[in-house]
Amino acid sequence: MSWLLAADLGVFADALRFVADERTLILEKTWEHLKLSGAAIAIAIVLALPLGAWLGHLHRGSFVAINLANVGRALPSLAVIAIGLAFLGIGFANVALALVVLAVPPILTNAYVAVDEVEPDAVEAARGMGMTRRQILWRVELPMALPLIFAGIRTAVVFVVATATIAAVAGGGGLGDIIVNRAAYGLEGVVGAAICVSVLALAADFLLGLVQRLLTPPGLRADVHALEPDVTTGVTRL
Amino acid sequence: MSGGLLLAQGEPIIPDFGEGSDCVVENRFFCPDWVRDNWAGVIQPALLQHVKLVVIAVAIGFVLSFAAALVAHRYRLVEAPFTAFSAVVYTIPSLALFQLLVPVTGLTVTTVEIALVGYTLLILFRNTLEGLRSVPPDVLEAARGMGYTRGQTLWRVELPLAVPAMFAGLRVAVVSTIALATVAALVIPYGLGYPIFLALREAFKTEIVVAGGLAVLMALVADALLVAAQRALTPWASARRLA
Amino acid sequence: MSGAAAEIVFDRVTKRYPGRAEAAVSDLSLTVPAGEICCLVGPSGAGKTTAMKLVNRLIDFEEGDITIGGESVRSLDLTELRRGIGYVIQQVGLFPHMTVAENISTVPRLRGWEKGRTRLRVDELLDLVDLPAEDYRARFPSQLSGGERQRVGLARALAADPPAMLMDEPFGALDPITRARLQHELLRIQGAVRKTIIFVTHDIDEAILLADRIAILREGGVLAQYDTPARILEHPADDFVERFIGSDRGIKLLSLRRLDELELAPLDGAIDLRASGDTTMRDALSQMITHGSRSLVVVDSEGQPRGVVTLDALAALAE
Repeated sequence: MSWLLAADLGVFADALRFVADERTLILEKTWEHLKLSGAAIAIAIVLALPLGAWLGHLHRGSFVAINLANVGRALPSLAVIAIGLAFLGIGFANVALALVVLAVPPILTNAYVAVDEVEPDAVEAARGMGMTRRQILWRVELPMALPLIFAGIRTAVVFVVATATIAAVAGGGGLGDIIVNRAAYGLEGVVGAAICVSVLALAADFLLGLVQRLLTPPGLRADVHALEPDVTTGVTRL
Repeated sequence: MSGGLLLAQGEPIIPDFGEGSDCVVENRFFCPDWVRDNWAGVIQPALLQHVKLVVIAVAIGFVLSFAAALVAHRYRLVEAPFTAFSAVVYTIPSLALFQLLVPVTGLTVTTVEIALVGYTLLILFRNTLEGLRSVPPDVLEAARGMGYTRGQTLWRVELPLAVPAMFAGLRVAVVSTIALATVAALVIPYGLGYPIFLALREAFKTEIVVAGGLAVLMALVADALLVAAQRALTPWASARRLA
Repeated sequence: MSGAAAEIVFDRVTKRYPGRAEAAVSDLSLTVPAGEICCLVGPSGAGKTTAMKLVNRLIDFEEGDITIGGESVRSLDLTELRRGIGYVIQQVGLFPHMTVAENISTVPRLRGWEKGRTRLRVDELLDLVDLPAEDYRARFPSQLSGGERQRVGLARALAADPPAMLMDEPFGALDPITRARLQHELLRIQGAVRKTIIFVTHDIDEAILLADRIAILREGGVLAQYDTPARILEHPADDFVERFIGSDRGIKLLSLRRLDELELAPLDGAIDLRASGDTTMRDALSQMITHGSRSLVVVDSEGQPRGVVTLDALAALAE
């Protein structure tokens, strides 16, 4: 336990001072971080959500849709970013692309499962009442599936915010720039940025949890752990 | 090992692959000769370190979550605080968590292991608890009616029936930890992440592809082993259902 | 406790749940003689399941006492008490992770029987409930039909040869054909093992078929009548009992009696309809109505005509 004696807990105080003193730098890096994450999430949603929901509506392609999350979980983000860098080169767009690759699986799988598992009785009843396929999708399946679809987005957001930190090694910018550059910012800078990125991730998770709860129809609220991270589709964090 | 080794933004990349074949010098997608030459010196040690990291982290995480789940199964009050704690840990980005532990435990394997253990808690705890609670009420009533004591019910009925849920949790935990452990290389020169990290500086494709590919392969193999182990342990779960 | 059947006595038992004004079981006294089946019947909320669960103390009680073979259930160790009473419930509650053989041997294993003896017992019980041991021993519950599961549940309850059994609507979830088959199986098995059985059901016809005695409970767990099925049908104690057993009690009564009990009229002309002497009067009546005949020939085991029974004679008995 000698490391405990050697522990330098004063660093945490220094780190907070660093954040206060360098708030311009921190704000600038946080903004970069959010831009990078936001771009990746937006692209991933546009690609994955309609596809997943449509496959779920057709009850087709379950093997691919479900295993995509498993494969996504096994992909080391560092390797994905490294491959992106090695093959596409350094920079914002390429890092964002690597993040999209990592954000697609949870969104697609959740959208698929959410729509696929809408109670067949409700769909049957809707058909019995004479709704068209399109009406069934928009008025029955999507509202009922919304909480779970959003859970997937939430998982992806927290995942991307975390992974964007590592993207710094490939020139993605963001708070990771400080964390991976101890030579320039010292341990207090590294720890200060680590605190900031943790707060960012926790805040994103919390806020999205609230939204998820609001999106859940009151009748379904009891069985949703809306304020907890979704581990069923699995997240590989960085 | 610190940020100083890392690529600062805007710095020009000067590829330097030393002596090597044409393949290596041209930095092609995959150079078998480089892998052959560096297997024993670079790749294999990193692979073994990676396995060690993951096995220790999942083993400790499993013991902690299992104990916590048993307590929470008996005393419901324990569930919410443990879930909240492990959910917060789970949400902190790994690179940040590693760095937050550095002032306490230094640039050591311990730092990495603590963080990796932390990430396994939520999934393992929740799955074990849900498994224990999934036992149908009629089965519990039959056990009670036949004179099973509380301990016998736990060990002979509830735990065996929780095994599939526990394995589902273990599979997610193991596969995630394998992927996650590559990030440890940003803190200490350890595991499969380290060759990736070194290769990153020079965008050396073969090393990235081999080390990254091995991490994915390891995850697939571990997952398959866990599925096989679960099948062997729970023959009743895969028994043919009556139509 | 094991082996020979034991008498079960409820002595002024009252069960109140905290925070509820009305008692679930009120001042219940009844004696179930050793080796008999006692059916507890009554509308929902009449406390029949509660009364049954007091016996193995799945529900505890403070007022009054219950004895099995003269011993108070409260003087016995809880787990010992439960291991000594067979317990069968509607959803069966088979352990999904254990094979049929492991399920059946649950209590013998809890009691530390040696392996050889347990194995023999399992085969013997599978034989008793009419499931070929070779075929069923190694199956898991998920590989059984509903009726087969309840047979295994019954075998499991009988495994350690308990002097008493508690059965909580065991056939309630089965389809009518399977239920009827299992009801007759239970009577056959009971003929062989002679246990003291407390059997909860909401189905009065099931009670009439199975019970040596029926205890009819009303709301609040008050005993309305406790008697043999025939006496309850012939002399309902009050309006509640009369309503509960239904307006067709005359016909129900006929289901308890067989043609052998009748004074037969002499053979008279050609009658096509025939039935053996052990046919219930209800079935005979039903046959006559179905075939539009006003009489029926009773034959002996060789098929030789013994006499004639008329529709009028049966109708008179049912009044």
